[in-house]
Amino acid sequence: MTTLATAPRARTAAASSARPGAHLAADVWTMVRRCVLLVSRDVDSLVMGVALPVMLMVVFVYVFGGAIQAGLDGTTYLNYVTPGIVLLCAGFGAANTALAVQQDVAGGIVDRFRSMPVTAWTLLVGHVVASVVKNLVTTGVVVGVAYLMGFRPDATLAEWLGAVGIIVLWVVAITWAATFVGVVVRSVDAASAATFVMLFVPYVSSAFVPPQTMPALLRGFAEHQPVTPVIETIRGLLTGTELGTSPVLAVVWCVGIATVFAVLAGVVFGRRRHRAG
Amino acid sequence: MNDSPAVEAEGLTHRYGSVGVLDGVDLTLHRGEVLALLGPNGAGKTTTVRILSTLLEPTGGRARVAGFDVVREARRVREVISVTGQSAAVDDKLTGRENLVTMARLAHLPRAEVRARVDELLDAFDLASAAGRRVGTYSGGMRRRLDLAAGLVARPRVLFLDEPSTGLDPRARQDLWDVVRDVVAQGTSLLLTTQYLEEADQLADRVAVLDGGRVVADGTPAALKARVGEAAVELDLATADDAARVGSALGLVPGPGVGEPGATTALRVPTDGTLAHVRDVLDRVDATGVVPRGWSVVSPTLDDVYLALTGHPTEHPTEQEDAA
Ligand SMILES: Nc1ncnc2c1ncn2[C@@H]1O[C@H](COP(=O)(O)OP(=O)(O)OP(=O)(O)O)[C@@H](O)[C@H]1O
Ligand SMILES: [Mg+2]
Repeated sequence: MTTLATAPRARTAAASSARPGAHLAADVWTMVRRCVLLVSRDVDSLVMGVALPVMLMVVFVYVFGGAIQAGLDGTTYLNYVTPGIVLLCAGFGAANTALAVQQDVAGGIVDRFRSMPVTAWTLLVGHVVASVVKNLVTTGVVVGVAYLMGFRPDATLAEWLGAVGIIVLWVVAITWAATFVGVVVRSVDAASAATFVMLFVPYVSSAFVPPQTMPALLRGFAEHQPVTPVIETIRGLLTGTELGTSPVLAVVWCVGIATVFAVLAGVVFGRRRHRAG
Repeated sequence: MNDSPAVEAEGLTHRYGSVGVLDGVDLTLHRGEVLALLGPNGAGKTTTVRILSTLLEPTGGRARVAGFDVVREARRVREVISVTGQSAAVDDKLTGRENLVTMARLAHLPRAEVRARVDELLDAFDLASAAGRRVGTYSGGMRRRLDLAAGLVARPRVLFLDEPSTGLDPRARQDLWDVVRDVVAQGTSLLLTTQYLEEADQLADRVAVLDGGRVVADGTPAALKARVGEAAVELDLATADDAARVGSALGLVPGPGVGEPGATTALRVPTDGTLAHVRDVLDRVDATGVVPRGWSVVSPTLDDVYLALTGHPTEHPTEQEDAA
């Protein structure tokens, strides 16, 4: 056996001078690194995260597209539907994050983190940032495929940046919601079930068909739920449709959802100390 | 504050719902000391470790680690402790090295030291050749070793190990003991739980036996052994007749309580264990002209202590064959 030769207790010296928070940035970075590594190793989920939206896009454009096209004025259905597919893609990503958080919480590793001088919620931040990174990649691939299929946005650089910004905001918002789900539920099955809602909500919005074609009740929901202003903002920025108040509404919704769920997730996660392992 | 004992628990109680588990546990771990916490399954060892490592709030009583209250000053406690629990706390999708580097950074080891420390531990736990592989491909024993390495990465002031050698093969257990001794030699205080009494004998300065939610015995291994009896020369004789002859020469009566229960051919001669006394006993046996089938000097083991104190034999966990 080798002798452990490094000078003892360097950490104690460093730690004793530490105020809580002194290591916050470094801890967040370490957690982000860990979560990004975990995501990058989960190749199955990455492939599915791209394949499912692409398949849906093919189905929508080539199977339903012809019929729906009739109800649209001007633009092609592909141009209409691509922003919706991007949000579906974000939904899959968030669902995976819920599972990853649930697995962390259920496994022993959270206990190890909690027994270290690390602020608990840095772990959650790590998951959210990793989710954003992952979604930027998967969204890029999906938009690339859309381009090959004939998607032709007429956006300026500024408009592109705006669209990417709103997509990131949306990913952050639903990932915090997913993180909350991951922290609260006790099983993988419950996490899957809860995130199914996230995957379903975009269908009742302006993502795939204009809400005017829906029955009154659904239409009311579709026009007032957060997905619609987000979609309309992306659509407006990329394909030049009417923006109206959508960008403001979209930002308010995203920031609101992110804040509420980040706080809830942080509180619930912080409380889990009474739970026995 | 730095003169405080490593661990000081007074009247710790804990109940899960209506099930009381700890019923007033008093424990002290002095600085630089190794304390082994023994007890049957369900005695509350893990519960105690979780309370002391700030993972669980006790229902009652108080505990301080390095002078910090485990409830009110949990954060300070976490700065000086490290814990490896009973179930694995490593990421399967990361490599062994990535796992250790993550832990080293979260433990706020100076950046320049991280690499050297991680290499050191990979070597010490015989994981260097597997360091670049995902933990998901490790055997059970390799995972356990990585888990232990992760707990040692920070070179904590107070270390908690919950059944550290469960699932390790004898060789890996030796490696673990070596690393643990090394860490302790550098000033770390250690509280470990174990089912292997040999481990307690090997590592611990002091042993505390937990049963029925309380500490029922606390002392050095030698002192505890002395409580259940003294050393003896055991003689195994061919016939009851021989036993009677030797017995009378030594002033003993063969019978129950001597050797195997009910055996009439075994004799147990109390001794202080010194060479002179053992030789004297053997000379007197020799003088009778009887040739014993065998003889040995036995001292009470921690197993005897454990059995006497808890009324349960130790569980001898079956050696796991999955350790690499
Ligand atoms: N979360 C929990 N909820 C209810 N009861 C629990 C919980 N955790 C532990 N217990 C009970 O508390 C008792 C003590 O458990 P603990 O894990 O501390 O024992 P232990 O001494 O570590 O046992 P072992 O040797 O099997 O590891 C057991 O009876 C166990 O069933
Ligand atoms: Mg236990």
